[in-house]
Amino acid sequence: MNEYQELTWQGLWKNNPALVQLLGLCPLLAVTATVVNGLGLGIATTLVLIGSNCTVSLVRNWVPKEIRIPIFVMVIAAFVTIVQLLMNAFTFKLYEALGIFIPLIVTNCAIIGRAEAYASKNPVKFAAFDGVMMGVGFTLVLMILGAMRELLGYGTLFSGAELLLGDWATVLKITVFETDSQFLLAILPPGAFLGMGLLIALKNALNDRVEAMVVKPQEGKVVTRARVTGDTAADS
Amino acid sequence: MMLSLSSSPHLKRQRNTGQVMRLVMYAAIPGLIAQTWFFGFGALVHFAVAAATCIATEALIVELRKRDVERTIKDSSALLTALLLAVSIPPYAPWWLTVIGSVFAIAIVKQLYGGLGNNPFNPAMAAYVMLLISFPVQMTNWAPVASLSQYEESALDSASIVFTGYNVEGYSIEQLRSDVDGHTMATPLDHLKTALTTGETSEEALQAPIYSNGLGQGWFWINMAYLFGGLLLLRLKVINWHIPVGVIVGTFAISGFFHLIDGSVYASPLFHLFSGGLMFGAFFIATDPVSASTTDKGRLLFGAGIGLWIYIIRTWGGYPDAVAFAVLIMNMGVPLIDYYTRPRTYGHRSEHKSAIKRAEDRD
Repeated sequence: MNEYQELTWQGLWKNNPALVQLLGLCPLLAVTATVVNGLGLGIATTLVLIGSNCTVSLVRNWVPKEIRIPIFVMVIAAFVTIVQLLMNAFTFKLYEALGIFIPLIVTNCAIIGRAEAYASKNPVKFAAFDGVMMGVGFTLVLMILGAMRELLGYGTLFSGAELLLGDWATVLKITVFETDSQFLLAILPPGAFLGMGLLIALKNALNDRVEAMVVKPQEGKVVTRARVTGDTAADS
Repeated sequence: MMLSLSSSPHLKRQRNTGQVMRLVMYAAIPGLIAQTWFFGFGALVHFAVAAATCIATEALIVELRKRDVERTIKDSSALLTALLLAVSIPPYAPWWLTVIGSVFAIAIVKQLYGGLGNNPFNPAMAAYVMLLISFPVQMTNWAPVASLSQYEESALDSASIVFTGYNVEGYSIEQLRSDVDGHTMATPLDHLKTALTTGETSEEALQAPIYSNGLGQGWFWINMAYLFGGLLLLRLKVINWHIPVGVIVGTFAISGFFHLIDGSVYASPLFHLFSGGLMFGAFFIATDPVSASTTDKGRLLFGAGIGLWIYIIRTWGGYPDAVAFAVLIMNMGVPLIDYYTRPRTYGHRSEHKSAIKRAEDRD
């Protein structure tokens, strides 16, 4: 497995920021009421992650160890500001829908975690690719969780896609079932926690199954025991 | 496999889980009859729906977990959960509400934590709260007391309302819930709460036709019936006295205190004790052996805490009744309560006394 494959595997599955590292839970739980919100925040986070990973990797040899964290945070904050202004300019409705959670990307531990753990130790091409894969892994979880909650809560999928993609995207909205009474629990924060827990459980269950298939059970030594009680006593 | 408990000879009764659960259900029968008498057959219809869903969910999940299905179903705990949930749900609520609640109670609250004995929260109450915050409109569809209702309600009507939203003659829930003047009739607790916000005193509010002698019509007798069933449980030693006494004394103390301070705003302790689901909660819900405290002192505290929370949420909270919320809040506190109320082991000094002893020895 070369470095790129390893990074893909780590970012999307084995070390997924949302399902395994459990980082960035605050936006994850707060904005995933619909698929589109999840996708929007996921893309924003991915962009910030790529930018910060590249920059941190470029300056890694000049940053003194003692003050690296403030510097990483400032780099991240700069990229968050860029993304925030871009969203303000081009996807204003989504910008309003996501609200405080766009500036809060700064505090998303997944980003500073990657800067510290990977980008500050590796060349820029790997760091950028790591940013892409971690970002995509995070976005996928946001979207799946958003889909679960939107389906249960509103009975739709991709509602509000026009906020992100322009007016033509209204056709993307799929109404799975009509409901007069929304299942509020799915939309409220407790639903996010429950959904997240179920997703993690599902991931772990799949993991066990995959590992059981991939890893051949090793031939263990067969331990034989001499029985000293029970049957022998009955024989005599 | 059947694990038989062998106990010392001085313990007269040996009951397995199934027998205990069924005894609790039998003891709820007087209350159920009272509820049917005053509010129609809705509770029974919901019980049928809930029982079928709970048992099916339990069987499915236990099968998935590769455990013994028959043994799990036979302990009747799913059936009891169904009963507790069905009794709490308003009689005019639609059937799918009960189905969602039952699946949630068994699958999420009970089995995901490891099944009977491992759930930190009371399944029926967690499901009730889930329904209340998810479907506030349907969960407040209480029927008017039969004596005030304009329409006669047969068992067929109840079933028809639960499954279609209309009774056999085609009246909708809104029509059934309104009085002759077209006002929707609220529950006693709800009415009091709204009346207080419009500037009425509690004495004035309690003059409304849904009350008689300052107590909610119908609700008083339902609470009395559950009290009777609860006393029966105590007599049969299915439950201990600590939790119900804790709940009742806790509610009585705090409501009495505020009633004495300002009787025009705070209703009397008697009103609080015989309103809503208080007696049902005190004897049937709070006493759940799994999610309640396990020490005697802890049980008293646990019960008193529930009583306190019921009063606080009823009086200053956003919901008219609060048994479910109070039970869940105190469920969260159970590990802490149990930790601090561990009984002294026979032959050992209590921790406090031995600390004093140590201090004396040092001097």
